[in-house]
Amino acid sequence: MTKTITDVICPFCGTLCDDIEVLVSDDGKQLLEVNNACVIGSEKFLHSQAKDRVTKPRMRQEDGSWKDVSYDEAADYTAAMLAKAKKPLMYGWSSTNCEAQSVGNEIAEISRACVDNTAAVCHGTTLIAVQDIGLPTCTLGEVKNRADRVIFWGCNPAHAHPRHMSRYSIFPRGFFTGKGQMSRKMVVVDPRVTDTAKMADAHLQVEQGKDYELLNALRVAFRGEWLPDVVAGIPKEKIREAADLMKSGRFVIIFFGMGVTQSLSKNHNIDIAIAVTKDLNEYTKCSIMPMRGHYNVTGSGEVFAWQFGFPYSIDLSRGFARYNPGETSSIDLLARSEIDAMFTIGSDPGAHFPISAVKPIANMPSVCIDPHMTPTSGVSKLHVPVAFNGVETGGNCYRMDNVPIDCRKVVEPPAGMLTDEQFLVMVRDRLKKLKGVA
Amino acid sequence: METVTITMKNPPALYLEADNVTPDGFAGKTAAQIAELSVHEGNTTSTLGKYFEISGNAGATAADTKIVVKGDVKKVKYLGMKMSAGEMVIEGSADLYVGAWMTGGKLLAKGNVEAFAATAMKGGELIVEGNAGNYLGAAYRGDWRGMSGGKILVKGNAGSDIGMYMTGGEIVVNGNVDVHVMTHAEGGKTIIKGNTKSKLGGQLVDGTIIVFGTIETMLPGYKPNGEVELEVDGVKALFAHYIGDMGERHKKKKGAIVYGNLYKKI
Repeated sequence: MTKTITDVICPFCGTLCDDIEVLVSDDGKQLLEVNNACVIGSEKFLHSQAKDRVTKPRMRQEDGSWKDVSYDEAADYTAAMLAKAKKPLMYGWSSTNCEAQSVGNEIAEISRACVDNTAAVCHGTTLIAVQDIGLPTCTLGEVKNRADRVIFWGCNPAHAHPRHMSRYSIFPRGFFTGKGQMSRKMVVVDPRVTDTAKMADAHLQVEQGKDYELLNALRVAFRGEWLPDVVAGIPKEKIREAADLMKSGRFVIIFFGMGVTQSLSKNHNIDIAIAVTKDLNEYTKCSIMPMRGHYNVTGSGEVFAWQFGFPYSIDLSRGFARYNPGETSSIDLLARSEIDAMFTIGSDPGAHFPISAVKPIANMPSVCIDPHMTPTSGVSKLHVPVAFNGVETGGNCYRMDNVPIDCRKVVEPPAGMLTDEQFLVMVRDRLKKLKGVA
Repeated sequence: METVTITMKNPPALYLEADNVTPDGFAGKTAAQIAELSVHEGNTTSTLGKYFEISGNAGATAADTKIVVKGDVKKVKYLGMKMSAGEMVIEGSADLYVGAWMTGGKLLAKGNVEAFAATAMKGGELIVEGNAGNYLGAAYRGDWRGMSGGKILVKGNAGSDIGMYMTGGEIVVNGNVDVHVMTHAEGGKTIIKGNTKSKLGGQLVDGTIIVFGTIETMLPGYKPNGEVELEVDGVKALFAHYIGDMGERHKKKKGAIVYGNLYKKI
């Protein structure tokens, strides 16, 4: 016999789909089938059933081989590493729940570490811009029910957030958008003809690295001022047309992704895109929303901001929170050799950081807490596998529109395996003893 | 004026935060007392004397004190931070935040300085004989008040985001600069003798940018406004004049809108 669990939350991307159905064995130990999820989401669930999964913490030996150790030994090593380091970096957090993040923050405060999440290489620049200029935003529910002008800028949800368009932005029939796709105009700004761009009513094929110029031109066009003939490879007539299309909407939503946050101008691109949003509110209603990647990167920012006052790249080394991406951000800390111990959880910097920032990890005490074998676990001294959050344990997560949603446990983890939170509590308690904190 | 010389003898394993190394921090102290001032390496606090050899006593006030920093201070941050008077000479290259938040005095760096030099500078003079990093004379992260007074001269090149949120004062770069100059500025002046890349004066409310070299890509928000003859730094030349950022808000003075100005040497 099997049983079907409905309304499961998908712990893959920031869309945090909440309509997944999972088929599990009667004893709740095996996950058999995943329905409604996109192909990436299904894989995320099914990965937990991999036969070659690492189920015990492993310590790197002198000769390069791995030796299985107990969770107690792993927690001892981690606590000792953090207690000894002058400036440890605790990076990741985006693929675990808010409860674990909060315990992590306690550890960071005791060890006076630098803490950072994956926003550092993702939407961190968005957070800088939000602090500089504010954020007129909304929830995905409002987008579904109201948005009749949908702009995807430097993002490709067809591949990165596969169910975003069907659940929230393009296809659903909402309260004021009864005709679904027919009631919306879709504009895509991307240097490449992506699968998302192919669906658009208008595709502005901006020159690489000139998004700032194009956004600037849109602001000028809203005001009806002089424009040069061509901006960022797009003729001015087309820019004025796009400006009119946006102005004529009843509710405009701008979604943006890595194409603008991590290309030339970074935070300035978002800064001026938010300015465009503000400008549009002179004529109609307009909101803007980052297409957050990891399913709980938003939650990590929330927990950091709630406990330390800043959403990412926080330096606690002096005993108070400082925040200045460029100095306190992970890649800069690693590439400049500012840190002497590396703690990674729920992320894979080994695969996503430039090699100049990954090499130092191999040369310092390092811990990687991750259910998978990753390039990061490969260069770390200690690999601590844990239960899959959102599959084998529940917990609080934040969707890309800052709506908190509780993930659900659907299947038992392999016998003896701990969750992120359980392991972090072990580390925290040991660290308190080492540092003499009550 | 009394001179204190500090020489790096034990370089830090990580980076050193030496925010007490200013004429203000040293004023009225003997060499022995200066050696007791605190510095921070990661989460550990120790004394300046552990890393530097200190000779000479400081003057009674900051204005009477000159500091000469010798040795390798490439991994030392915050040199000259918040200095209000006196003089400071860094013989080599320094790390982040050189002269950040300075309000007066004269700071000379003979090598390069890294990012965030002269952050939110209010007064005084910073001269960099080498290159400067990103965010020169810019606002601190999240602040909307960048450099508001004083003068910065960089004899080499400067990085990106110089003069972000600038409200006053003057930056002169003899070499080239990277993208974004005076973004969000509401005043002040930046003179670039070399070449520039793109995004000059984005979202600029007020202020002046003068470029002697080339501009790779002009922002569309800058509207041509004829030619003018200007005398800049003793050089008289003909400049193409642009006003902008036409997409941004602007103040009004006597009923007329005040735009930012961008001049490019013809």
